[in-house]
Amino acid sequence: MTEPVLSVRNLQVEFKTRRHALRAIDGVSFDITKGEVLGVVGESGAGKSVTGSAVIGLIDPPGRIAGGEIRLSGLRIDNLPPEEMRKIRGKRIGMIFQDPLTSLNPLYRIGDQIVETIRTHLSLSEQAARKRAIDLLAEVGIPAPEKRIDGYPHEFSGGMRQRVVIALAICAEPELIIADEPTTALDVSVQAQIIALIRRLGRDHGTAVMLVTHDMGVIAETCDRVAVMYSGRIAEIGPVQDVIKSPLHPYAKGLMGAIPTLTGEDHRLVQIPGAMPRLSAIPPGCPFNPRCDAAFDRCRVERPEPLARGAQAVACHLYDIKVTDNAA
Amino acid sequence: MLAFTLRRAIQAVAVMIAVGIIAFSMFRFAGDPVNQMVSIDTSAAQRAAIRESLGLNDPVLVQFVRYFVNALQFKFGISYQFRLPVADLLKERMPATLELATCATILAMVFGILMGVYSALRRDSFLAKAFQAISLIGISLPTFLIGILLIYLFSVTLGWLPSFGRGEVVKFGWWSTGLLTISGLKALIMPSITLGLFQMTLIMRLVRAEMLEVMRTDYIRFARARGLTTRAIHFGHALKNTLVPVITVTGLQFGSVIAFAIITETVFQWPGMGLLFVQAVQNVDVPIMAAYLLMVSLIFVTINLVVDILYTIVDPRLRATISRPA
Repeated sequence: MTEPVLSVRNLQVEFKTRRHALRAIDGVSFDITKGEVLGVVGESGAGKSVTGSAVIGLIDPPGRIAGGEIRLSGLRIDNLPPEEMRKIRGKRIGMIFQDPLTSLNPLYRIGDQIVETIRTHLSLSEQAARKRAIDLLAEVGIPAPEKRIDGYPHEFSGGMRQRVVIALAICAEPELIIADEPTTALDVSVQAQIIALIRRLGRDHGTAVMLVTHDMGVIAETCDRVAVMYSGRIAEIGPVQDVIKSPLHPYAKGLMGAIPTLTGEDHRLVQIPGAMPRLSAIPPGCPFNPRCDAAFDRCRVERPEPLARGAQAVACHLYDIKVTDNAA
Repeated sequence: MLAFTLRRAIQAVAVMIAVGIIAFSMFRFAGDPVNQMVSIDTSAAQRAAIRESLGLNDPVLVQFVRYFVNALQFKFGISYQFRLPVADLLKERMPATLELATCATILAMVFGILMGVYSALRRDSFLAKAFQAISLIGISLPTFLIGILLIYLFSVTLGWLPSFGRGEVVKFGWWSTGLLTISGLKALIMPSITLGLFQMTLIMRLVRAEMLEVMRTDYIRFARARGLTTRAIHFGHALKNTLVPVITVTGLQFGSVIAFAIITETVFQWPGMGLLFVQAVQNVDVPIMAAYLLMVSLIFVTINLVVDILYTIVDPRLRATISRPA
């Protein structure tokens, strides 16, 4: 068993406010192995993006990592000094943001931005870095890269800019790419191309990918495994086919039931009643219990820990054998 | 790009013609010029002769065209009080004002940008808060008061710096400079600070606000995610993006610096165009006033033009919109 590229254990992220600390991430654990694509899905505010930011060390004050550990190929990175962490960012972990229109500095040629990044992390000459930049642009599918390299960001379309952003994220051959909603701001037709590109790059270079999105279609197409997040915790994690076809957690069931199908029979889409709790008012026990049909007394007092069920893991008391025995 | 420059240049010329009309009309509304030139015992016949020789009996339009053609050749007439060509007077005084204004602007830009960047990046430090407090003073205290306070402190009490004048100057043709002598430099310090303080605080606050804004943008976050060094992010990516508004304000303020130099020059008895203008107003010396108006407008218009062109150098997006005019 090889060591996972990314291993997150019991991660906790807090945001300090005037009165108390709000816990945005509370006890999240997962692994990503080489070449694997892990999808992270959930509602807005579930903590998907914060988890990504925590991994790459870009949680801005007043937020901070309050507990747990993050390991990159065995190296613990959550408590590295800022300068050490900076050297890992861009070199060993690449990140792709949501909006390609605002991710690139509008005043610099894209080639200069790529060369700058390459030369920050690799000791290459200006010419060698430029050559590499052209190769990278070709690899992410930008036509006539030797001409386009001298273009400014505003001269590119949204999809092309996201390709440039991806080229920037992979320019130092990182072990891990964090893609934070990389397709949300794009046209549907372009979305598919970008997803295929990320998928291909992951396969060709053996890069582990953490794909944050709220688009189940993207998850189904791209990911090997998927983690469903709710209120800063992982409700369920497992192979993508299992989680989509036979979700275990009531929240995951609700989420999958809310996806319209083209081929499926004429059934009403499931709607989960209520809304996700605010960070300042997370209920005791299971955070999902006020919205859960199957909630019982234990759900309101005791927090469920992840339980293995085949290849899946689910944080729900319904699957705790002891309880079902007692209840019977 | 060329079309854009041309278009802006034509606009500039239109503005200058409008200013020329205003300057010209000053002659007609600020009293009878002949009365300003002659003594009490000049006879009516002599006055009529002068009037005729000056062409004051010609139609207004003819007079305006004559004035305009002369102004294009930098002939602004004869000063009533000095009996010398106005152009020569201005030429003599201009180096003093331009040196003062340039020094003040450079001072304001260098310190304004440095302090602005610092107070944006170290927002909670004591020094940043001190800068903010000082900038309030700089914005709210009137120029003449700052000048008088400086004179009181450094000239009267400490005796370090001269309280008035330009010190020794060195001549290069018609240009006289105080930058090459110790006394000239010493004399330049306080007037430059007085004149530049307001601009400095303005630039500082602007840079701080812009910098804070830019530091929140996605491309700065992405630059951090790419692992660029803090220095490259702050001074390469962030500062350049704050420069467009800073260039505008500094450019436009350079015109105001020259115009506001009137007050500073009066406080420090600085022998520049501003002081000349104040004396001209006191003596109803219309040719000087009109010429000063034209000069200051010309400087304003030129700076505006330069600023517009500078934008396109800093921001490539503007180059694109300009070459494809809407």
